[in-house]
Amino acid sequence: MRNFGFSTTKSRTIDYGDIDRRLISYILENEPTFNACLSCGSCTAICSAGNLTSFNIRKLSLQIRLGDLEKTHEEIDKCMLCGKCLLECPRGINTRNVVMLIKKGLTIFEIKDKA
Amino acid sequence: METYFILPFTLGMLFLLIVLFIKYGLWITKLSHIDKLRIVQSIFTRRSWDAIKESFLEGLVHRNMYKRNPLLGYMHMCFAMGWFLIIVFGHVECYMYYGTLAKAPWYPIFFQYYVHEWFPGERFMTNLMDFLLLYILTGVLLAYFKRINSKIFGIKKTTKLKPLDRVALISLWFIFPMRLLAESATAALYGNGGFLTNTVGQLFVWIGVNSSMESMLWWGYSLSLGLFFVGFPFSRYMHIFTEILFIFLRHYGIKLKKQFNSYSRIQVYSCSRCGVCIDVCQMHVANISNNQSVYILKNIRDQNLTDRKLYNCLLCGRCEQACPVRINLNDLRISQRIRATKEFNSDYAFLQTLPVDEPQMIDSKPEVIYFAGCMTHMTPGIKKSVLKVLDKAGVKYQFMDKEKGACCGRPLMLAGQYEAAKKLIAYNREKILESRAPILLVSCPICYKVFKDDYELGQITIKHHSEYFLELVNQGRIQLAQSEKTIVYHDPCELGRGCGVYEPPRELLRMTGQLQSVQQEKVNSLCCSGSLGDLSLSMADRNVIKAETLKVLLQKNPDVLATACPLCKKTFVKGVDVQVKDIAEIVAEAME
Repeated sequence: MRNFGFSTTKSRTIDYGDIDRRLISYILENEPTFNACLSCGSCTAICSAGNLTSFNIRKLSLQIRLGDLEKTHEEIDKCMLCGKCLLECPRGINTRNVVMLIKKGLTIFEIKDKA
Repeated sequence: METYFILPFTLGMLFLLIVLFIKYGLWITKLSHIDKLRIVQSIFTRRSWDAIKESFLEGLVHRNMYKRNPLLGYMHMCFAMGWFLIIVFGHVECYMYYGTLAKAPWYPIFFQYYVHEWFPGERFMTNLMDFLLLYILTGVLLAYFKRINSKIFGIKKTTKLKPLDRVALISLWFIFPMRLLAESATAALYGNGGFLTNTVGQLFVWIGVNSSMESMLWWGYSLSLGLFFVGFPFSRYMHIFTEILFIFLRHYGIKLKKQFNSYSRIQVYSCSRCGVCIDVCQMHVANISNNQSVYILKNIRDQNLTDRKLYNCLLCGRCEQACPVRINLNDLRISQRIRATKEFNSDYAFLQTLPVDEPQMIDSKPEVIYFAGCMTHMTPGIKKSVLKVLDKAGVKYQFMDKEKGACCGRPLMLAGQYEAAKKLIAYNREKILESRAPILLVSCPICYKVFKDDYELGQITIKHHSEYFLELVNQGRIQLAQSEKTIVYHDPCELGRGCGVYEPPRELLRMTGQLQSVQQEKVNSLCCSGSLGDLSLSMADRNVIKAETLKVLLQKNPDVLATACPLCKKTFVKGVDVQVKDIAEIVAEAME
């Protein structure tokens, strides 16, 4: 690694070359509106599943972009698809379709639950 | 032997009969055991008679289609009724001449070719057959025009065809004109024929006709019949007999299941592709014209349905309501979604670990258990109003999802996640039954639909707040003051077409203001475009559809736009000047 004049630990670095981009590519290909997400968290604030569990769709969106697919699998199963996020999203993202695409994508890429 | 021309017709018919026998045989054997029992039990009851009656009215007369579009109905009736009668009277004519019905099938079909001499009743029968032929030919003429310009039928678009359909369609178009020419040539040679064939025959005499030309025309007639019969099982014309099978099975009490099965397939093949569903679909407003029910059914048949098409439907039910064949279009589409997503259903294991609520009423059982639902929590105004009305009327209620609650399962159901939905249903069902309340009160039609269809709540009656509030008014538990405000009412899809609730909201609105009628209402009401049924429609397209719906609703410039669904309210409220209110809010205000 080049010397930038400061150091960082391995656990705090994100290596973009290592990211598993299969899922995010699959989602964006089929639902391009997902690109418009600005991580405002409105969806998470309103979420029915988030009210019952630790489900956090905003966090999930970052995880997908970082390629942590196993963790995604565990989390996405909590979504009940009620569609409140769809109404709340200021960017008009088709959130329910994104969730279905995540589920389908994980099946296509044969990602299994961690547990 | 010039009578070889019967061969194409005979072979074609034989082929058709064999294919139909195998196909229908397979479909019926593949029905579930219970469905087969249903058939056996009801075959010798009144139901068969009712089915015969409906087969006549729908399969031949096309009454439902006639009601929707008279010209289209007439066209279909010409083909169905005309052809049926020409076959029946062809046999009568044959019997009158030969004195027996035990003649090979080509005798009644090519009767004019075989019989040239006079027999008792000959004049009448030839003219009758000519009349029937003319009747069918008017339908054929309309069919030509419809292909050239569907607008004269008052329909925006006619169905697109695939190659085999085209073969069958063109051969069908040729059958009756060929029959006319062939019979006329015979009439020219032998000087017989009725008012139509004889007149056309004169023309043949004028241009000169010989027996080889006559034989050629009969060949043409037979060939177009044969070709049509061969194309029949692989084209949309399969609907002709399948529709009758479907009518019988429906009368025997067979219902569409969640899973796509043999009965679903029979429904798919019953579609005549008349195009009525294309015309009522609101997607055209957003220039989407590849996902209407007729195309989906076609894709199911051809096994080339894409996810995008499958999920791009509001499931508003307008096409199902308009379908002259009464195919369960919404549930058929959902069954395809169930098939497409069956590999990734959630099990919602977290439901088991949720803390159990403290019972809200220990001493006595509540009058109602109130389930607000996700969407009502998004529109706190509706929730507050409902609670206010309940308090004012002194109703003892339990609020099931006051702080936390699981979704009702309908959104999952709409997305095809049937197994996942069952988990939520089981969880909520237990809570509802535990409350021991006799009434389940809901504010959201989306929940209402799934409670009614899939929860199996036994003795508990499910009521939307519009129904329940009307009951409270009728019992004198709340009083409403009438205002001068003009109101239009928007029927939510799930409440109206979904559950058949049209009048209670209107009665309440008549008590609180001046209710105005809308051009398209009740069963014909438009969708607000917010529907959860659609997974892939973009916000921009939704807004285009919404604008059209609002145009119809606000035509008379009402003071208030009333609806009975939190999702419809939420959809309408963005970007409209008029006040949008839920029925609960209107009632709560009118109580003061």
